[in-house]
Amino acid sequence: MTKLAYFPGCSLKDNAKRFEDAAFFVMETLGAPLEELETWNCCGTVYSLADDDLMHHIASVRNFIRTKEAGSEELVTLCAMCYNTLARVAGRVEAHADELEKINAFMDREEDYEGGIRIRHILQVLRDTIGWEALSETVVRPLDNLKIAAYYGCTLVRPQETGIDDMERPVVMADALAAVGAEPVTFPFEAECCGTYQIVDEPHLALEQSNRILRSARLAGADVVVTACPLCQHNLEQALIAPVGESEEIKSIQVVYFTELLAAALGADEATMSPVVREILSTSVTAEGGA
Amino acid sequence: MARTKTIPRENLRERVEELSGERVFACYQCGMCSSGCPYAEQMDRLPSQVIRDLQLDDETLLDSNAMWVCASCLACEVRCPKGVDLAKLMEALRQIHLRKALDRVSLDDLSKDEIKKLPQIALVASLRKKSG
Ligand code: SF4
Ligand code: SF4
Repeated sequence: MTKLAYFPGCSLKDNAKRFEDAAFFVMETLGAPLEELETWNCCGTVYSLADDDLMHHIASVRNFIRTKEAGSEELVTLCAMCYNTLARVAGRVEAHADELEKINAFMDREEDYEGGIRIRHILQVLRDTIGWEALSETVVRPLDNLKIAAYYGCTLVRPQETGIDDMERPVVMADALAAVGAEPVTFPFEAECCGTYQIVDEPHLALEQSNRILRSARLAGADVVVTACPLCQHNLEQALIAPVGESEEIKSIQVVYFTELLAAALGADEATMSPVVREILSTSVTAEGGA
Repeated sequence: MARTKTIPRENLRERVEELSGERVFACYQCGMCSSGCPYAEQMDRLPSQVIRDLQLDDETLLDSNAMWVCASCLACEVRCPKGVDLAKLMEALRQIHLRKALDRVSLDDLSKDEIKKLPQIALVASLRKKSG
C-alpha cells in the first residue's frame, strides 16, 4: 500500500504526541504508513465563518499546495479540528472559483492552488480504505471486556458537508474499537460540544460541559472515553482533575485517544504507551490467553 | 486623534446579513436552535432570541453575551428546519466588535502559568474567535 500524506498540526507535536505516536504504529502495522508533509503550517485551527474573511483560509490553502508538491491528492489528519478546518476550506475554494482566485492572487510567492485536494480523517481511512475486517485480523491483544464510550465532539460530524459520519448518531470510532475487541456503549452526549476554546476565558463553560459528557459516559457503563481531538482530550482531562459539583461517577473513568487503544490492541510495546493506557490494560482488559 | 473603541450600532441586521451571508427572516422562531444549544442557559438571550432581535433590528443585541458564549459547535446549524446557520450570525456579531479592536480575549490578561497550562490548540482557537 502506498504511503499516506499526513498533516499533523500543532498539537500532535506537543500535547497530543501520544495520539500521533500511536497512529504511526497503527498505520505502519496495517501497511499504510503515514508520511508527514515535509513542510506544513498551522491550518488556522478554526474555520472562519464570516463570508468576507478569505484571509484566514490562506493557511489551509498553503497546506494543500504542500500536499500537491508531495505528489498526493489526499491529505490525512488525526486532529479533528484540523480535519474540519482543512476540509471546509478545501470544499469552499472548490465551490467558489472567484474566491480561490483572490486567495491565489494574494499568495504571490506560491504556485497557484488549482483545487483537487481531498482531506480525510484517519477514521475514514480506517473505515473506507483499510476496513474493519482487516483491522480485526491484525489484533494481537484484543481489548476484551473493555467498555468504551466513543466521544466525537463537534468537528468530526458537523457541518454535514464535511462530517465523516451520521451527525446525530455517529458510529465510526465505536466501530474501530469494536473491531479490536472492545465493547462500545452508546451515550447521548457523544457528539455534544466539550467546551472547546472556552477553556481559555470561560473555563466554567468548558468544565461543566466536559463534566456532563464524562458523567453521561460513566452512567452508560463506560470504563474509558476515547477521543479524536486534542482539545476535547484536554478539556475532558481537566474535568477529571477538577470535577464540578457532584461528580462521584466520573472519578473512575479514563480518557485516552482512540489511536492509543488501537495501538495497544495491535501489539504496541508497553514501554511506548502512556501510563493511562498501561493502567487500562492491567485493570480492565483480559489479557490474551490470560487466567 | 485618539482612536475611540466604539462600534456603529445602526443597520445591525443589514451588517450581520452581509457578514454572515444568512437571511434572518428565514427564521420562523421554532426554538429548535435554543433547545439544542449546550450553552443556552449561560446566555443572556437564547439563540432564537438573538435571531429575533436581528429581525427587529434591536441594536441592544450588541451588548449581549450570547455571541461570546457561543462556541460555534454547530448543533443549531445542523438542526434548523429553515437552514439558518445561526453560528454564522454569532460570528458576524463577534466580528462587528473585533473589527473595531474590541477584543474579548488578550494574552495580556492571562498569567504565565495559565498560558503554560493551556494547549496551543486552545489558545490559538480562542484568539482566532475572540480577538481581531
Ligand atoms: S432553529 Fe432555525 S428557524 Fe428555528 S428558531 Fe432557530 S434559527 Fe429560527
Ligand atoms: S453554534 Fe453557538 S448558538 Fe449554535 S448551538 Fe452551538 S453554542 Fe449554541
